[in-house]
Amino acid sequence: MTISIDPQKTNNESLQPKGWLRYFSFSLDHKVIGIQYLVCGFLFYLIGGTLASAIRIELASPMSDFMPRDVYNQVLTLHGTIMIFLWIVPVVNGAFGNYLIPFYVGARDMAFPRLNAVAFWLIPPSGLMLVASYFVEGAAQAGWTAYPPLSITTPQSGQIIWILSVLLLGGSSIFGGINFIATIIKLRRPGLKLMQLPMYCWAMLGTSLLVVLSTPVLAGTLILLSFDIIANTGFFNPVLGGNVVVYQHLFWFYSHPAVYIMVLPAFGLVSEILPVHARKPLFGYTTMVFSIMGIVVLGLVVWAHHMFTSGTPPWMRLFFTIATAFIAVPTGIKFFNWVATLWGGRISINSAMLFSCGFIINFVFGGITGVALAQVPFDIHVHDTYFVVAHFHYIVYGGTVFIIFSSIYHWFPKVAGKMLNEKLGILHFIITFIGFNLCFAPQHWLGLNGMPRRVAEYDPQFQFVNQISSLGALLMAISTIPFIINVFLSVRNGKNAGDNPWNALTPEWLTSSPPPVENWEGEAPLVEEPYGYGKEISEQK
Amino acid sequence: MTTIDSSKEIQKNNSEVNETHEDFRMFGLITFLIADGMTFAGFFAAYLTYKAVNPLPDGAIYELELPIPTLNTILLLVSSATFHKAGKALLKDKNSDSQKWLFFTAFLGIIFLICQLFEYFHLPFGLTDNLFASTFYALTGFHGLHVTLGTLMILIIAWQSRINGGRLTSQNMFPLEAVELYWHFVDGIWVVLFIILYLL
Repeated sequence: MTISIDPQKTNNESLQPKGWLRYFSFSLDHKVIGIQYLVCGFLFYLIGGTLASAIRIELASPMSDFMPRDVYNQVLTLHGTIMIFLWIVPVVNGAFGNYLIPFYVGARDMAFPRLNAVAFWLIPPSGLMLVASYFVEGAAQAGWTAYPPLSITTPQSGQIIWILSVLLLGGSSIFGGINFIATIIKLRRPGLKLMQLPMYCWAMLGTSLLVVLSTPVLAGTLILLSFDIIANTGFFNPVLGGNVVVYQHLFWFYSHPAVYIMVLPAFGLVSEILPVHARKPLFGYTTMVFSIMGIVVLGLVVWAHHMFTSGTPPWMRLFFTIATAFIAVPTGIKFFNWVATLWGGRISINSAMLFSCGFIINFVFGGITGVALAQVPFDIHVHDTYFVVAHFHYIVYGGTVFIIFSSIYHWFPKVAGKMLNEKLGILHFIITFIGFNLCFAPQHWLGLNGMPRRVAEYDPQFQFVNQISSLGALLMAISTIPFIINVFLSVRNGKNAGDNPWNALTPEWLTSSPPPVENWEGEAPLVEEPYGYGKEISEQK
Repeated sequence: MTTIDSSKEIQKNNSEVNETHEDFRMFGLITFLIADGMTFAGFFAAYLTYKAVNPLPDGAIYELELPIPTLNTILLLVSSATFHKAGKALLKDKNSDSQKWLFFTAFLGIIFLICQLFEYFHLPFGLTDNLFASTFYALTGFHGLHVTLGTLMILIIAWQSRINGGRLTSQNMFPLEAVELYWHFVDGIWVVLFIILYLL
């Protein structure tokens, strides 16, 4: 069965606000929705970053003098939740996915444009609700993991608002995932084979599978948790005969894949950016595809490595250690493929490339500590210490956020039709890179020496290293200033980019900048070799 | 950022022949149902884990009476068949037959919900009595929510299959097919739930 697109209807849908106003409208254009995701996510990143700065200010001294302890708990909970659910997941999936995937599959829009808009508009209200919960009776205090019994015993209203907000964000994420799967599988331009798709499509396909399979489990878990809080049931309350470890299993069944939901799209994006700026084909396309799918499958069966100290039986520890160690294989393949892509290429040193290389460097550290944390004896030693904080931030900030910035530098010319200022971009990179490593590298040492995470006070012997870390955080906070200035300056006075400033071959560069409403004048181009660099451009179709 | 002037696009679209693409709404629905099924899978996993590792307090009742749930299973299975009949009838352009079958399906759904409520009121335990009771109500309640939504959707498409002015025709079967798939899914979940919760 086929659907015919009624021209009258298309006409009506195009009668939406134009110019800046459309970014505040219920637009169905995937490019508008992508930018909505990005800007909304960035605003929440600023909020989450402010909270992170507050944490680092507090930790500059061993006593809890900057804020009361319960406020510190609220701040770290909001920081984690905002950064994960309102910045990284929506931006790296929603923003770039919405903007790029329809181009990559040769479509005029996503498979379900209206569902797409609904998925975005769930985000601002739930985010605002989450931030506002601070002013009710205090925000949630149980960390972004909301482990019971802590989440049951802390003040209720904040925790319930937290649950509602995460449920809405999960719904948004599931709708997005359904949309991406349908778009990539069903909406491909005739003649475009799956193995000709740019790598980001594969990454988004894998990510969306994880979203669809694991997010509903989190939703179910949080519904049960809310029953525990409101209706006094005992699912996770040991006093009433419940079982806290069941919560942990269900929670990590989502939240470990969530790490891949955050980092797989970044893998895809870096696979788009590196070949363009190194002028070489992506090394090992097929192995990349199989690695992504391998990570998707393995990612679903490693969750209990977060729970080695939760009384897990030995067979479970053995299984989850081995499964986790296996993930290093596809990840390592991808890593070597990126390095091999750079090897012998004509590398242009620009902000996009620098951030991508920064990603590769940081990701090695995050990956190595990840393998280390999978080993039970080591994990038990550093569980819930700053070592875990360092590992996590090396993956999610050093990995994904670096790629988000890299992607912004890479695709800004397409979106705005203007180039970003390279000098400010490189300045942004240098401050971010130094600040990030200064902030998080010392935390490995802190963790190994036993400084617990999520506590406002610590042993005074750790003060000096904590102050170094706080200095790094200060640099990270400063680093957003050149970036914001850069974006505002470039939108107004940037150099005109032209349609294809990087001479890239992927389909989004084959249309005008900014692209027209339905992506192409006339039929979508068929790009059979998205990474055919090293040949003359004219040889390409 | 420059403003995109879409008027040219509109003109072009108006002059062109209608573009067509494959209907993937069913594909999207299936993906959604997989996600929904995972929610139930989480609940089932929690229930089975509790059963395995959390002993109930002494004197807790967890043996359930079987007649009502068995009747409910039969009701839902029959309703799946009647829904299928409705689809067949619509395919042959017999809209009024289709409408009758749909109303009958919705009727079975409502009977199911009434039986479920009846069971709730006659159970010897309440929501917060013990872990088994809580899980029981959470699972059956979440499923009951699905049945309620399904029944409402069936009533809507039954209204839409009316002969004068209804949008549901043999040319536009999608609403019926979608709700039918959803209904079969809810039935399937009930069968699993019945086996795990009542029989196991």
